[in-house]
Amino acid sequence: MKKSVFALVSSVLVLGTALAGCGGGDQSASQGNNSGGDTTQQEQPAAGESDKPQVLRANLHSEPPTADPGLAEDSTSGAIVRATFDGLTRLDENGVPQPSVAEKIEKSEDLKTYTFTIRDGATWSNGDPVTAHDFEYAWKRALDPATASNYAYQLYYIKNGEKFNKGEEGVTADQVGVKALDDKTLQVELENPTPYFLELTAFYTYYPVNKKVVEANPKWAAEAATHVGNGPFKLETWEHKSKLVLVKNDSYWDKENVKLDRIEFAMIEDLSTELSMYENGELDWAGEPTGDLPLDAIPALRDEGRLTTQPIAGTYWYKFNTEKEPFNNVKVRKAFAYAINRQMIVDNVTQAGEIPAMGAVPPSMNLNTEPFFKDNDVETAKKLLEEGMQELGISELPPITLSYNTHDGHKKIAEAIQDQWKKALGVDVTLKNTEWKVYIEDLHEGNYQIGRMGWLGDFNDPINFLELFKDKYGGNNDTRWEHPKFKELLNKSAVETDPEARKKLLAEAEQIFMEEMPVAPIYFYTMSWVKDEDVKGVLVGGLGNVDYKWAYIE
Amino acid sequence: MIRYIGKRIVYMIVALFLIVTATFWLMQAVPGGPFTAERQVPPEIEAALNKYYGLDKPLYEQYVEYLGRVVTWDLGPSFKEKSSTVNQIIERGFPVSLHLGLQSLAIAIFGGITLGVIAALRHNKWQDYSAMVIAVLGLSVPNFILASFYQYIFSIKLGWFPIAQWEGFEYTVLPSFALAALPLAFIARLTRSNMIEVMSQDYIKTAKAKGLSTFTTTVKHAIRNALLPVITYLGPLSANILTGSFVVERIFGVPGLGREFVISISNRDYTVIMGTTVFYAIILVVLVLLVDLAYTLVDPRIKLAGGGKE
Repeated sequence: MKKSVFALVSSVLVLGTALAGCGGGDQSASQGNNSGGDTTQQEQPAAGESDKPQVLRANLHSEPPTADPGLAEDSTSGAIVRATFDGLTRLDENGVPQPSVAEKIEKSEDLKTYTFTIRDGATWSNGDPVTAHDFEYAWKRALDPATASNYAYQLYYIKNGEKFNKGEEGVTADQVGVKALDDKTLQVELENPTPYFLELTAFYTYYPVNKKVVEANPKWAAEAATHVGNGPFKLETWEHKSKLVLVKNDSYWDKENVKLDRIEFAMIEDLSTELSMYENGELDWAGEPTGDLPLDAIPALRDEGRLTTQPIAGTYWYKFNTEKEPFNNVKVRKAFAYAINRQMIVDNVTQAGEIPAMGAVPPSMNLNTEPFFKDNDVETAKKLLEEGMQELGISELPPITLSYNTHDGHKKIAEAIQDQWKKALGVDVTLKNTEWKVYIEDLHEGNYQIGRMGWLGDFNDPINFLELFKDKYGGNNDTRWEHPKFKELLNKSAVETDPEARKKLLAEAEQIFMEEMPVAPIYFYTMSWVKDEDVKGVLVGGLGNVDYKWAYIE
Repeated sequence: MIRYIGKRIVYMIVALFLIVTATFWLMQAVPGGPFTAERQVPPEIEAALNKYYGLDKPLYEQYVEYLGRVVTWDLGPSFKEKSSTVNQIIERGFPVSLHLGLQSLAIAIFGGITLGVIAALRHNKWQDYSAMVIAVLGLSVPNFILASFYQYIFSIKLGWFPIAQWEGFEYTVLPSFALAALPLAFIARLTRSNMIEVMSQDYIKTAKAKGLSTFTTTVKHAIRNALLPVITYLGPLSANILTGSFVVERIFGVPGLGREFVISISNRDYTVIMGTTVFYAIILVVLVLLVDLAYTLVDPRIKLAGGGKE
């Protein structure tokens, strides 16, 4: 009995293999037909002026951790939230905030009270009207410590926002400076005059959420079926980790200006696969801001003239631990910073059109446009190093370690700079490479000498870069550097209502920062991508944020 | 038999307990936590986050709580993917990995045994050499290179299959073959060497002398004995393949469970690390048990302790 069963199984095994071999061709042939069929199905009658289907296919790189504007804190979630929601304001192609859900915005004289009037016809994707109460609810929800929103600090400009979020005693949600006077009117009180406040209202933490929907279902943002937004697109399909499809939202107030019918996002983590899919016509857009291109492919794509590169407000820099010898000496810090050949690094190592940085604040913020020092100034660097060592009373530098987190790009940059320092200053630098979370912890704990880091602006204002270094133990400082004058200038700028005077204060602060050199700037970031020629109107902002509202296929 | 299985199940529970415990404490020992980020979270917010996820409790309490969660199979929320729980992540990822895994296993087992048998029957002939060249390639070429190679040939050049994503049967073919390559090669070599050994034994010679055809001799008498070591290998292999492969899933954009293992560790997504590890451990111990049971089917000489089988 058993024997025959076994014989049967073995025969099936062998037969199955043979059939599998034969079947391969047939299956693939029919698949060819199937996929052909799919393509023709997609070629629906065109909408708008163009006769091409208004479908954009891009890559999201990875699953967006959330589609809830109150919890979003990364660029992938940001891209989805920006497409499916609309704020009081929305940034136009020049990065200037334009009224969006708010049709009228009034500012008080001291710039501390804003009154927004909600536009008639602003509607949620489920048909509910968008009211001022939705905004009030959304902001207070994000600030509520129980929500555990990591980005709640974006709302700290609102009066009592920080106190409420940090759970200070006696501060309740009612004391937070945002109030819906009626369905149409939202009144906001700020802590300080904040010249960039209308830019902030275009940021996703300031987006409204539908109070009814959120209260009824805490998991509302986890699935396409229950997700409700008020933006130009709505979620149609969200196959987790695999695919996300947005379709035009017919209840959007400005739907006339939305041309795309569908945006289909793949979630491909592998950079080479993403590029192959683009080359094979399976994607219309590959690379940043939502995807990424393999570093090795960038020079070739650029040489073929297919690569688009755009500077964004971000700086790649090396932080010095200013509490540890020898970088507790400003001259030594400067010597190391001046000796770097940035041009060579952007030309030969990073190769994506980055701009050498001789200042901390990105040029797009128009603070100090002149470089603070000369790139690759070896002579001055040598002199400074000598003087610095004299001041420290040492004749020989202690062993220097340059730390970076595991990443091919950081490694190549570190190796190039190690070599430059050896040649220019004759110092031996050891490289230390650690995994990201371990690395970050080391930096936060001051357990390093020189460490790489970068900063991408959250909003387009120099304060976003300078305030990182305001407090010695401030969350992102890591350099342990603090300067009373610098601090004072920043504090003054916070209450200054005249934009020109404020800019002056900040420019002076950057001056001090660069004279003290707690960080050595390397380059300003760029984003690069390839796209089909007929894809137009995708807006990549100066902060690297992407907006598909005005995109179309020509 | 039942006593034997009962005893095995007790061992399995002990093993799982040890795995959960070791993972929990090792994970805590790794520097950095789920909220460690460049943009350092203000202490008050970190406290709120810790409270929200229950990380503010003493470790032993978290540990006991976690054991409770494993027993009730409620693995908690993911730190990184705010919209998902660990159960959802496993429920979504595992069917995909299972589908891919079963296909790969089928390819590896059928393909490997066939190649191995052919190589053994045509020992030192061209069929043997070609089968072994395939096997050596499968063993030595890493699957990410193989995967890119498949994409280049079958998607870009020939256009037969899509490059990546996971939407229908045609999307499963390339990743299945990429995942199957290594076990296929291994099984082929294992089968071949065992077959060669078995074929030279007296009972096979006797069978041949009795005038049985080569096919009958091979299928009825030889393969069965040659397959024992292969079956041993199948337990861990199945567990390995069924829970997915990070590299292959990444390259083909397959939304399986394999990448969760790796990604959750670099995110310090504690609950996902624990959840996927426990899940993998369960599959592994169950499959090892099944393999032991399978021995008795293949080789009647092997009797499980406790005797008596049907």
